[in-house]
Amino acid sequence: MPSVTLLGQSIVSGLLAGGLYGLLALGLSLSWGLLRLVNLGHFALAFLGAYLTYQLGTAFHWPAWASALVIVPAFFALGVGLHAVFAYFRVTEFTSLLVTFGITVILESLIQWFWTADFRRFETPYASTSSRIGPLFVPTLELLAALTATALALATWAWLRLTYVGKALRASAEDPEIAAAFGVNHRAQAFLLSGVSAAYAGVAGVFIALISTLAPAQIWSWLGVVFAVVIIGGLANPVGALLAGLLIGVSESVTMAVVTPAWAPLVSFSLLILILVARPGRA
Amino acid sequence: MADSPGLMRRLTAVVAALALVGVALPAGAAPSGPPIRIGSTLALTGPLAPTALIHKIAGEIYVEQLNRGNGLLGRPVEWVLFDDQSKPDLTRSLYEKLITVDKVDLIMGPYATSGILAAMGVAQRYQKMIIHHSFGMPHLATYEMHFPVAPFGPEPQKTVPGMVFDGLATTKTPPKTVTIVTSKFPSAQYQSNGAREVAEKRGLKVLLYLEYEFGTRDWGSIAARVKDANADFLWVGALGLDGNQLLEALKKLDYSPPRHFHLFPAPGPMITAPEARLALSNTFFEEHPPFTNDPATARLVALFKEGATKAGLPYTAVDTQAAGSFAAWQVLEAAIAATKSLDDKVLAQWLRKNRVDTVEGKLRFDGPNNYGDDLSKMRQVQDGKWLVVWPREFAAPGARINLP
Repeated sequence: MPSVTLLGQSIVSGLLAGGLYGLLALGLSLSWGLLRLVNLGHFALAFLGAYLTYQLGTAFHWPAWASALVIVPAFFALGVGLHAVFAYFRVTEFTSLLVTFGITVILESLIQWFWTADFRRFETPYASTSSRIGPLFVPTLELLAALTATALALATWAWLRLTYVGKALRASAEDPEIAAAFGVNHRAQAFLLSGVSAAYAGVAGVFIALISTLAPAQIWSWLGVVFAVVIIGGLANPVGALLAGLLIGVSESVTMAVVTPAWAPLVSFSLLILILVARPGRA
Repeated sequence: MADSPGLMRRLTAVVAALALVGVALPAGAAPSGPPIRIGSTLALTGPLAPTALIHKIAGEIYVEQLNRGNGLLGRPVEWVLFDDQSKPDLTRSLYEKLITVDKVDLIMGPYATSGILAAMGVAQRYQKMIIHHSFGMPHLATYEMHFPVAPFGPEPQKTVPGMVFDGLATTKTPPKTVTIVTSKFPSAQYQSNGAREVAEKRGLKVLLYLEYEFGTRDWGSIAARVKDANADFLWVGALGLDGNQLLEALKKLDYSPPRHFHLFPAPGPMITAPEARLALSNTFFEEHPPFTNDPATARLVALFKEGATKAGLPYTAVDTQAAGSFAAWQVLEAAIAATKSLDDKVLAQWLRKNRVDTVEGKLRFDGPNNYGDDLSKMRQVQDGKWLVVWPREFAAPGARINLP
């Protein structure tokens, strides 16, 4: 039986890992739920953001927050540009999978061409710092990532629920024709949402650079678990994505502490199946 | 005749220039004729790419050096290299293509155990000799024409941990308790499982044995368990960055293992990480004497540094990986030079009967499953460098196992 401290520490660790899952899932959930685009390129964008943070930090000694100030708006513009391409070629929900898979492969190759396949680590003085709460340790950067994920999830939820643009986006996703009849300009709002999703990938990227050591192939290592988070959380549901991230993070972490780390990857998909089966209103 | 002194001066200058060129170029004629095509794959993309890149650079350097000299059998050498994307299934298909479509003369192994095992099956089907540099499960390599230059010996699950515990036993405070955390990557798991048995046989208490999936992202809970166990010695069946990530997660819990060993770590990140200070690891080569006493080896080390810098690698030292590639090409070169043949069976027969001098030492292939001696050494991060610290005869000048 694990000690209470070990169990507590694994829950803390899981919550923080879940925060990062939630942060990565946020943009994906929005574009899938509201634009009907399954954007696999989201992961590649996040890693591009991570590598840019690394580059600006190591070559020009920029602090991560300064990099974020450049990367996030730049990624917003990139997201808008990408959506222009999707709109021009009338990319559908199904074809978006193929197109964005291709974009991911291209971005991975570009990253490898520029930064090589070797590991890259953005060393910062706060990389390994933690706060202590009783017997438990809370790593600073992971905490910051989880808090950012929470703030963005709540802000996005409020944006979608309380603003005209948010309501219009949801209406268009529900029934584009009726929404258009009410004067909703879905095309313009889709550009905005695509930009926001890409900007969120940029935010996630900054944290990935601070927390992890980078290698191009790691783009794919997040894919399965983040997809599970998006589906469990519900499409276009930012708070749901965050909560699902926390749930999977804690479940994986407790499995590692109580059973064995080798079982952790089974958890996210077992949870996904269980929740899909038990979810009320399923067909 | 008025021009004679000038002519003599010019002739002298030409002769001197030719002499200088002669010194600069290796002896013998430049290779000519159709190239000898040697095919292989490497994991140039995917999770194994960071290490496979080292093998690519080392292989390219070696082939370039061969071609600057007399090539092989006086013919130039062409390395036909494909990217297997770190996938054994793709590796298998690509070796099939190399042999049946590209019709290469000879093949070399890919990087890492799972890929090598896949390639070995194809080599066996077509009766091609395969020399490989990074295979960690000798009991699975039963093909008679495979030649391993990762000199683990036939039973690395016993000899590698044995060497590590022998070294630790010479320190002032040998460990009494052990935690073993290992990747499920086949060779890492195999040797780590062996470490558990060896530790127990030597009377050490294994407090914790954990296996994790290759590609694990969240190390917090594993670190919490390692801290909770608080053993004297931490064995990490690490592949690539695993060791760094675990040590980082442990540091965030304000815990530093008193002694820690990492099986197959990415060498660069480990020497630069502050928490990896005094980390121990397995190696066959480090770029210091006695390994670099041979001028030819020292030259390969210098060339690798140049190539790795040019390729943009942050860590440019030759360690067990690059040395493995150099050794593989050295073994192939030696067999071809001695037999003057490209026939797989002739080359294999020669290799089974002869020892080959390589950067890793003298290799032999006449033991069980073509394995020779286990030439594993223990290295340690000391002052920002990897230094061999055990066995003593291979230790860097003045270096010894340094433990708190």
